[in-house]
Amino acid sequence: MSAPSSGGASRDGYGKGLLRLASDPRVVVLEADLGKSTKSCHFRAEYPSRSFSMGIAEQNMMLVAAGMAASGKIPFASTFAIFTERAFEQVRNGVARPELTVHICGSHGGIHTGTDGSSAQSIEDLAIYRTIPGMTVIHPSDDLSAEELTVQLLDHKAPSYMRTARNKTPRIYNESSVTELRIGKGALIKEGNDVCILACGVMVNESLVAAGLLSEEGVSASVVDMHTLKPLDTTLIDDCITRCGCLVTAEDHSVIGGLGGAVAEYIATTRSAPLEMVGVADKFGQSGGSSELMNIMGLTANDIVAAAHRSISRK
Amino acid sequence: MGMRTRGMGLDVEALQDMARRCRVSIVKMTHAAKSGHPGGSLSSIDLLSGLYGTQMRIDSDDSDWSDRDRFIMSKGHASPAVYSILHEVGYISLEDMMSFRELGSVCQGHVDMKWTDGVDFSAGSLGMGLSFGIGCALAARMDNSDRNVWVMLGDGEIQEGEVWEAFMAADFHSIGNLKVIIDRNRIQNDDFVHLQMEVGDVVSKLESFGWDVIEIDGHSMVDVVRALDWANSHDSGPVAIVANTVKGKGVSFMEDNPAFHGKAPDDEELRQALEELK
Repeated sequence: MSAPSSGGASRDGYGKGLLRLASDPRVVVLEADLGKSTKSCHFRAEYPSRSFSMGIAEQNMMLVAAGMAASGKIPFASTFAIFTERAFEQVRNGVARPELTVHICGSHGGIHTGTDGSSAQSIEDLAIYRTIPGMTVIHPSDDLSAEELTVQLLDHKAPSYMRTARNKTPRIYNESSVTELRIGKGALIKEGNDVCILACGVMVNESLVAAGLLSEEGVSASVVDMHTLKPLDTTLIDDCITRCGCLVTAEDHSVIGGLGGAVAEYIATTRSAPLEMVGVADKFGQSGGSSELMNIMGLTANDIVAAAHRSISRK
Repeated sequence: MGMRTRGMGLDVEALQDMARRCRVSIVKMTHAAKSGHPGGSLSSIDLLSGLYGTQMRIDSDDSDWSDRDRFIMSKGHASPAVYSILHEVGYISLEDMMSFRELGSVCQGHVDMKWTDGVDFSAGSLGMGLSFGIGCALAARMDNSDRNVWVMLGDGEIQEGEVWEAFMAADFHSIGNLKVIIDRNRIQNDDFVHLQMEVGDVVSKLESFGWDVIEIDGHSMVDVVRALDWANSHDSGPVAIVANTVKGKGVSFMEDNPAFHGKAPDDEELRQALEELK
């Protein structure tokens, strides 16, 4: 096990969430040789008869999960985000098309993954799963919200993709506030009136930091944890536009097709509001520490502050 | 027809007659649709007649019965074969069968569990059905059920890498309720299998993956019934029947002819086919 495993990485929350679901005998877990990394290993240790090692063979794993779902089970299949992409067509044709409820978790998503380098840093997973009809796409911001949203998947009757992060970030929620989260509903975690920052994953914390910096300049920012990218909480986006008049999106993902893309698609066809996107500018990462990489890739609180000023100036 | 009993109680002669009726359905369906895949449907239909006639434990009044045996047609383009059998079983009306490939038809171009009663898998992209069958079989094991999962693969189809992931997984997990039938008709979309990517000695390859394998003439109903019985009784691990078949079997001008992998008969060809299938 190479990564810090205690505390606030969202992948830890996924592992804890699975354990809380174990009381339902329909829940089964599938792994592709990365259970220690995705944190499904904890379920495997406690419930070996409902855990299945599928080897380094992701395409097979997705369809095995589909067959289980068609036979009354509720499968949770996990591997690195990037390796779920190898089985994209299996998810599209074998899981989503027949409307089978398989819950896929891709860990180690985004540039934040760090030293493993660009091959492991999925920056397109949220975009590709968002294009599949009927698919729910979730990207939690901390361990507590990942745990809560994983638990809620038990009663979620649609295939889903959840991206988790490898590395620990400060907690956004506490044990009490996290229970108010709902799949498909964004969470307004800071209220402001000049600009609204819609963020997901590790960028939610950066957005809160950015809101603090903006506050020092006299700019009042709202921050929304848009943990569910699909279905998108358009009601909340409408409220944010009404309240603030301009938007910024922030994600550790390509600016093409992710949260920024989703918000842009919505507002371009409904109402007009300035939108600036903070995300990966259509390029690959490299090896390095998380904070070093986030810095050179333009994924910091300062980048969000700059985007907020641009968005406000376009009102 | 059997209510939750194994097979339909048919003898070899009755099975052969069912296969003949299905062949008539296959050429009529594809002719009416002016598209579809008659070749691989005709090569597989003796196997499917034997399977549903002697093995499948299903409920003719309830296609969703949760403890039914599953049949997964992984080479989903052979949908006319599946629809012709499901018509024999009573799940699909003649009218629905003949609406094959029309807008809104329950008989979609490739078999689809969302559209058709009695279809257990949504196919279309090759290479996925065996993995799905493993999932169904593992679920049956968790339920302590003795239901079987039958999967049909094409020989061209096993060029897909996922199939070999699945072959390995089925042995590793010792899945005894999983039964595979490989329709070895030696032709794929563009041409003969040996010209596209020869799959070679399939029996030895599967045995080296830990499977128990039997090789038969897939058009000898006596052999087919015997092999299916053997597969049903074998429950210590995964088994495969490698069935040597002829693409387009039963219609002279379609037999062993790559042109009829994915081409429907025209009016004159239909007339001749029906004459031969009397």
